[in-house]
Amino acid sequence: MLFALILLPLAGAIVAWMVPDNRLRPLILPVIASSHLLTTALLLINTPPPSAGGWIWLDPLGKIVLLCISLLFTVCAFYAVGYLAYRQERPNRILCMGLLACLSAMGLVTITQHLGLLWVALETTTVCMAPLIYFNQNARSIEATWKYLLICSVGIGLALLGLLFLAYSTYVAHRDATLLLGTLMASARELNPGWLHAAAIFLLVGYGSKMGLAPLHAWKPDAYGEAPGLVGALLAGGLVNCAFLAILRVYQICLASGIEIQFFQKALIGMGLISMAFAAVFMARQADFKRMLAYSSVEHVGILAIGLGLGKGALYGALFHLLNNGLTKGVLFLSSGNIHRSYSNKTTGVVKGALTRLPWSGGLFLAGFIAITGSPPFSPFISEYTIVSSAFIEGHYLVVGLFLLFLIIVFIGMALTVLPMVMGAPPLDIEPTAYRDRLLTVGPPLFMIGVILLLGIWPPAFLVTLLSDGAAMLGGQP
Amino acid sequence: MTVFADQLLVLVMLINLVMLGSSRLIFSIRAVAVQGVILGILPGLIHPFSYHLAGITIGIILAKGVIIPYLISNAVRKAHIRREVEPFLGYVPTLLLGAVFTALAFVFAEKLPLAPEHRDLLFVPASIATLLIGFLLLTTRRKAISQVIGYLVMENGIFVFGLLLTEAMPVMVEAGALLDLLVGIFVMGIVINHISQEFSSIDTSRLRTLKEE
Repeated sequence: MLFALILLPLAGAIVAWMVPDNRLRPLILPVIASSHLLTTALLLINTPPPSAGGWIWLDPLGKIVLLCISLLFTVCAFYAVGYLAYRQERPNRILCMGLLACLSAMGLVTITQHLGLLWVALETTTVCMAPLIYFNQNARSIEATWKYLLICSVGIGLALLGLLFLAYSTYVAHRDATLLLGTLMASARELNPGWLHAAAIFLLVGYGSKMGLAPLHAWKPDAYGEAPGLVGALLAGGLVNCAFLAILRVYQICLASGIEIQFFQKALIGMGLISMAFAAVFMARQADFKRMLAYSSVEHVGILAIGLGLGKGALYGALFHLLNNGLTKGVLFLSSGNIHRSYSNKTTGVVKGALTRLPWSGGLFLAGFIAITGSPPFSPFISEYTIVSSAFIEGHYLVVGLFLLFLIIVFIGMALTVLPMVMGAPPLDIEPTAYRDRLLTVGPPLFMIGVILLLGIWPPAFLVTLLSDGAAMLGGQP
Repeated sequence: MTVFADQLLVLVMLINLVMLGSSRLIFSIRAVAVQGVILGILPGLIHPFSYHLAGITIGIILAKGVIIPYLISNAVRKAHIRREVEPFLGYVPTLLLGAVFTALAFVFAEKLPLAPEHRDLLFVPASIATLLIGFLLLTTRRKAISQVIGYLVMENGIFVFGLLLTEAMPVMVEAGALLDLLVGIFVMGIVINHISQEFSSIDTSRLRTLKEE
């Protein structure tokens, strides 16, 4: 059952390779994605026990990430059918295959308990995504692809060195190198502190650059800006969460070691605040609305890192925010993709009055903006509120002060870009394009904003239990 | 045997410096290939024989010594360039920096306590030095291919350290890491090809449209 998560998309990728017709091929995506979502739902209800060697186990942390990825991918898959109908001039074989291969690798990230295997899967997602960023095949997108590929490969290489250090620390401790999470956590107190410290630094830098934590985020605005909307959604809601899961695993080991966790938490808070500061500075007066979304993603990985770094009650908020951020980014990227198609331009100088020209997509973009900046009644408000209130209880006044300050600056900066885009009258001199809002391009983000609204007003009981279980694994109070 | 291993590690570090001083791309690619072959020989010298080990040796030599150099030389041939011109930082300064990095790697290695049986070996300084010099190549060179070579040198540095653990690592993870590296280089080769078609050059300093105004 667990292996279906990996094999199903792989089989889909092979079928996508064989189907010759550009019009029929995208239909594979929703078929595979729906069965993937169904498998995920069955696995959440009835979780299989850990495998014999301890390599494969879907624990609560993995479940949260898997749920987010599966839901987001399904929504994006339905959207892809509508989107690719407008892009028939481009062959989409590589896009379909890359998306499915990436889904397979992301599934492996969530179910494995072996840090080496997790690394292999994460590197696979990096490589799979590269051709997708290059979908538009122009000078700008090749530049973005090159930066993404090089920076992420180097980052993930550093993470590999960190993993080797970690394995060597177990070798020094008891002559038997291992990267199994369970064994590592059980023997974490005996590990050599020097090696463990070096490992934690390299892993944080490596996975941090993959996740896009400042100051390692240089590739992010370019890649998000040039990739098609649905690829951007999967980068911001899928790959980011996979990298965050890798950081959570390192966090678990540091926590079990007892000493290393203090450094790790401080480093996370520091990098998180720097990320939010970078986002706050670059968000204002951003002329390209897709790049603006990239900075919003930098801001939100910052929030995730801060939530994790604060620990205790904030952990619940961080895990909830992982889900909320992923889904809200989906709404924003998909609707921005529609706006981009309709105006065939993504600069705020040209795109004006989207609500008039595209009532549905413009409205969704506006709603996504309201949600992502943490306004009630959407669910990101709940998760950010949980982090802030927990920080106040624990007395981290400086951190929480800066956190709120950056949130306000980001809100103002983003509003200055988004409001002129959606309000007012559309310019008269833009060329007409073939794009019109249709069910398949508007329905998926609409569904997703519904989910976020639901999570904000009435989070289902099973999700609350799941998040509490996850937080408990990271040392949060139940 | 460990003396021989140390000599090979010194050779790895010397190749790093040679690469910093060279502008001919084909020469650099061959140098990386030699480094890859040395990486393949090393585990046999420090661990007792096993089929697992033999498999790793063959895998590393094939991937790093044959396939990857072949893929990059292909990209060089298609892009019609032979030399790195005008790196962001000249050859002499980078060579000096490379020497400093190598010295620093030895200082850093002192801080990390190795297991007793590895104490006399140069694996840690060689690994860190190669990693840093890979970084240096990656950041100071202008051509996309030189940057890929820098990435490979960095990756070699990481592998040098990994060799201490070859016995303990599961085959699946090692094979996965090598395969990912191969596919990554393959994709980079394709991207380089597109860069050279799009810009009629693989000078990455031309990739500068995307930035904040």
